Amino acid sequence: MKNKRRIKPKKICMKTIFWIVVVCIMFVNLVPLLWMLSASFKTIVDIMNPKKMFVFTPTIKNYIEVFTKYSFLKPIINSLIVSTGATVLACLFGLPAAYAIARYKQNKLSLIILAVRIIPAITFLVPWYIIFSKLKMTGTYTSLIMANLLVSLPLIVWIVTPYFGSIPKELEEAAFIDGSSVFNSFIRIMIPLSAPGIFTAAILSFIYAWNNFLFALILSSSSTKTLPMAVFNFISYTSVNWGGLMAAAVVITGPVIIVSIALQKYVVSGLTAGAVKG
Amino acid sequence: MAKWVNKNIKWIFTAPTIIFILLCVTYPILYTLQLSFCEWGMSANIPKKFVGLQNYIEIFSDSRFWDAFWRTINYTLIAVAIETILGVAIALLLGKITRHTGIIRTVFLLPMVATPVAVGMVWKLIYDPTIGLANLILRKVGLPTSAWLGSSDTVFSSLIIIDIWQWTPMVMLMVLAGISGLGADVFESAKVDGANEMQLITRIQLPLLAPTILMAILLRVIDALKTFDIIYSTTTGGPGYSSENLNILSYRNAFEYFYMGKASALLIVFFIVVLVVAILYMLLKARIERRYES
Repeated sequence: MKNKRRIKPKKICMKTIFWIVVVCIMFVNLVPLLWMLSASFKTIVDIMNPKKMFVFTPTIKNYIEVFTKYSFLKPIINSLIVSTGATVLACLFGLPAAYAIARYKQNKLSLIILAVRIIPAITFLVPWYIIFSKLKMTGTYTSLIMANLLVSLPLIVWIVTPYFGSIPKELEEAAFIDGSSVFNSFIRIMIPLSAPGIFTAAILSFIYAWNNFLFALILSSSSTKTLPMAVFNFISYTSVNWGGLMAAAVVITGPVIIVSIALQKYVVSGLTAGAVKG
Repeated sequence: MAKWVNKNIKWIFTAPTIIFILLCVTYPILYTLQLSFCEWGMSANIPKKFVGLQNYIEIFSDSRFWDAFWRTINYTLIAVAIETILGVAIALLLGKITRHTGIIRTVFLLPMVATPVAVGMVWKLIYDPTIGLANLILRKVGLPTSAWLGSSDTVFSSLIIIDIWQWTPMVMLMVLAGISGLGADVFESAKVDGANEMQLITRIQLPLLAPTILMAILLRVIDALKTFDIIYSTTTGGPGYSSENLNILSYRNAFEYFYMGKASALLIVFFIVVLVVAILYMLLKARIERRYES
């Protein structure tokens, strides 16, 4: 009994230090995002005043400006169209390919898809830009969706293949004996059983397309510009309207952050895919 | 019909992906290669002119290219080295925690999923010499302030700090996933054998985590070489050319100056750099892993 009591203070002390360190690391992680959030509710005068760092009268003027003066509604719709389109197409193309890689050991294809992940996307974009210009297709949703497929397709294949591979073959073989075709068993067995993996891959594909800047910079026009372009164009307006810019930044990252918090388990497992398998 | 489909299912299933890759990846690369031997300003009236190796000669004799080349390599080496050390250290620290893991993971997740352009804008505000948080802190602790992104001397390290903030969580989360995959019994038996905390980490955890850490480094190296969004949205490569990496330099040549031939030659060089680094790294990784296995 006495012994226990003697160890305790030291242990509690260590534990407190440990948690202080942990909280500090987490705080550093969040500072820039919290800074963005607080500045988005400040007037430009308050942003410039260090004394008003924590205590200030919040205003939603910046947000109103983002939607009226800078008309952010259209870019939001554009971003939704492009991200959804790219994710749906990537699933349509990628899921069967992932199945073929998992079941028929198409290692060459998997290597090629890995190469697409490695090669800088801008390498393809110069010819794309030239070809799309000739076809008068720059600035169309099609060109943006196709460009985002370059990221989404490898991502879907990369994440879903191990899920398909982990489903025992016997399940499918039983279905084949009952007269099911491969296509049927793919739809009825493989996809439902891999739903968490597919969901993970789809969320990530959506987030990447939503966040993508380079493709929009090169291929979008003023009517199809996505949110990253809209935010980027903000700084070309005369003097930087910091409050408005931060409100715009919140509008674009807000949805991604809410989705990531709500579906944390899936997003983390997708981003760390390949960690355990090596 | 149904039988034919069943028999050839693996081709039917892979066809869309293969066609997409041939059409949208392979063909463009070959087109870029061809264009890299030409001079062309994207004008409809003036056709492409074959100039042989002139674009490459021009690039390799241009100090702006070599600056961008070494900046790309240094940026990758420094950022990924720091991210790996910090990421592994934080993961080892947090690996012991069994409660609140969801909240902790979420906090680390946010920097890497936040939209890069928005992240760039926030850091632009933080780095602002007069109203930014960075100089405010420096002033508070009595250190000299910095021009951060505004000066060619400090822009490189300022950008690396952003990269570290954004991507250390990636290494950390991957290693954390690796730790939870290890299971507790290995540590228990080592503890019974009298291993202390330090030995547990260096002799057991790190060797077992080596494949995971190497994988994290590979993914980080590939992405760090290609960094574009953060740099372009904060500095567009400036001041002057002082924060241009190969990606930004290629982009500027193609879409700001419309030197399509020179840009293509740059892209081919950039492509080769990334590929060589990736292959070298994978060979190295295979070698390290073999050593750990034996």
